[in-house]
Amino acid sequence: MAFQIFAYILHKDGAVDDTAGEMVAAAKKIDPAASITAIVVGSKIDSVCNSLTASFKEVWKIDNDALSYPNSEVIRGLLAGIIPKGNILLVPHDHFGMDLSPGLSVKLDGAYLPDAIDFDGVDGGKLKAVRQEFSGQVSTHVLCDISGGAVITTRPGSFAAEAGAAGGSVVDKTADALAGGMPGGKRRFVEVIEAEMGDVDITKSDILVSIGRGIGEQENIEITEELAKAMGGDLSCSRPIIDAKWLEKSRQVGTSGKTVKPKVYMALGISGSFQHLGGIKGSPFMVAINKNPNAPIFQIADIGIVEDLLEFVPVLTEKINESK
Amino acid sequence: MDILVCIKRVPDTAENEISVNSSGSDIERDDLVYSVNEWDNYAVEEAIQIRDKVGGSVTVVAVGDSESEDVLRREMAMGADKGILLSDDAFEGSDGKGLATILKAEIAKGKYDLILTGAQADDGAGQVGGMLAAMLDLPFASLVNLIEASDDKKIKIGREIAGGQQEISEIDLPCVLSIQTGINEPRYVGIRGIRKVASVEIPVRGASDLGLNQDSIGAAAAKVSRVDYFTPVLGKGAEILEGSIDEKVDKLVELLKSKGGIK
Ligand SMILES: Cc1cc2nc3c(=O)[nH]c(=O)nc-3n(C[C@H](O)[C@H](O)[C@H](O)COP(=O)(O)OP(=O)(O)OC[C@H]3O[C@@H](n4cnc5c(N)ncnc54)[C@H](O)[C@@H]3O)c2cc1C
Ligand SMILES: Nc1ncnc2c1ncn2[C@@H]1O[C@H](COP(=O)(O)O)[C@@H](O)[C@H]1O
Repeated sequence: MAFQIFAYILHKDGAVDDTAGEMVAAAKKIDPAASITAIVVGSKIDSVCNSLTASFKEVWKIDNDALSYPNSEVIRGLLAGIIPKGNILLVPHDHFGMDLSPGLSVKLDGAYLPDAIDFDGVDGGKLKAVRQEFSGQVSTHVLCDISGGAVITTRPGSFAAEAGAAGGSVVDKTADALAGGMPGGKRRFVEVIEAEMGDVDITKSDILVSIGRGIGEQENIEITEELAKAMGGDLSCSRPIIDAKWLEKSRQVGTSGKTVKPKVYMALGISGSFQHLGGIKGSPFMVAINKNPNAPIFQIADIGIVEDLLEFVPVLTEKINESK
Repeated sequence: MDILVCIKRVPDTAENEISVNSSGSDIERDDLVYSVNEWDNYAVEEAIQIRDKVGGSVTVVAVGDSESEDVLRREMAMGADKGILLSDDAFEGSDGKGLATILKAEIAKGKYDLILTGAQADDGAGQVGGMLAAMLDLPFASLVNLIEASDDKKIKIGREIAGGQQEISEIDLPCVLSIQTGINEPRYVGIRGIRKVASVEIPVRGASDLGLNQDSIGAAAAKVSRVDYFTPVLGKGAEILEGSIDEKVDKLVELLKSKGGIK
């Protein structure tokens, strides 16, 4: 095909992120014959670049002390200067990709396809992709005109990581990228503030009773606390509970909260958005209680119960206590 | 500080179960309850709080049909000073870039120090804010969960990044920020508040008022278009327990015991 595919590589503390292999898989779904170029931006990134040559034909390195923290306003300017128009750039759809990519598509004059979870071939210059809307309640097929190039973000975890062709080489693009000076001075990084420690560490819990917006009101949390107590587990939650300030931030499960790996996960009134599910690792035994039979959580859970949680949970708690 | 907030009218997922219609051409729209996009409501609250602290004005703008007037009015009842509706048949079928082009044309008619959008809307794209910033050549930050406005040249912002961490930066004004939920606690709007602004005039502008032609907006200019809707298949699917509540509870207690779910 007439375009080249680039993949933006996330890395931290010298380690390549899992999304690198996922983008290899994604690129192959767009074009099975694609030779994929990795782009790595940072400071002191030789070992990261070298490790990527095992999977990418070419690895573009942009290495400068001033790039030690990934400020997307800076990186957007650098990429706009070196990625030839008319090509495809894949970026993981996380907090960095969401920051970088929409504006980059404008700068590169290409299409923008956000949060793709699958691809279904290219036909007549149009890429067919799968997306989700309404936090995963429905899926859609979309057509993206890639004839003038595109920036595409791919949802982390949606593509099964693959290794690409080995034997690639590193190309130092630092001088090219910085030819016009360091861009993006209007947004200056100051610091990262670490997450606060809470009263319980849900990342260590074997049993989590997790509540979502379906709990309805703050007073109702009590019945789920009682369930957690009966089960010998801890209470965690989805994001709307934190936004409402009903529980401490340290109890939030998800991409912008904690990553948990319990043995048993009870999802009560949680719809099952990818940002929530992204925080659950290790395939726990998952029970979902939701009054909507079409809630996406039922596709992931092991056991589904279609009930009003406010009615169901007290009965469950009582039975557990009786059975002890 | 003069602040513009872009808002979108969307089906309210807290009030509706969203499902695909029988032909897959759309979601089932009968009986849908609409409201302002959740993220935008936080953005408007933030704008009002900033204005109340440092002075200035809050304008809310929506691209949509005449029904979007309702959400503009709702946010005006919250405290926004002014609403603008951008509406034209020519806007239909616009993709993210088309929407940003329309908003940019309106922004060019005014002078704003701060432009806010939601982090994302109903289709989960999260694109309009970043595109708008790039088109206006303004600095941008997404997923903002803290704003400290002290100065009229620059502000301090926090972005939500992974694992509950917060990235603090300084950003020059004017700028475009996309707002994440949880940044504040949006105030409640009662019927009375909405009644108060019921007769306030909301100007409506179309393509020609904004100097836009079909090369950059609408379905013809869209590079991304939706083909159909379908119901996702994510995993193998849960085993759904059947029976009365008592029967389900009994089964579940047994299962939990066998899986180590009861200590
Ligand atoms: C950048 C970004 C990061 C994010 N990070 C996270 C994150 O880390 N964690 C996270 O959780 N979310 C995160 N989100 C938000 C995410 O997109 C969803 O909005 C959120 O997960 C939805 O939470 P929920 O399932 O509780 O609510 P909803 O999606 O509103 O679902 C509520 C569910 O409760 C059910 N229900 C209602 N009443 C009852 C009842 N009485 N009994 C039983 N069921 C009932 C409904 O059928 C529905 O399925 C993030 C979003 C963005 C943009
Ligand atoms: N039709 C619209 N009118 C006004 N603002 C919009 C519209 N669509 C999207 N936006 C803004 O862009 C943000 C992100 O939406 P999206 O890029 O569609 O996910 C929303 O939260 C709004 O602030």
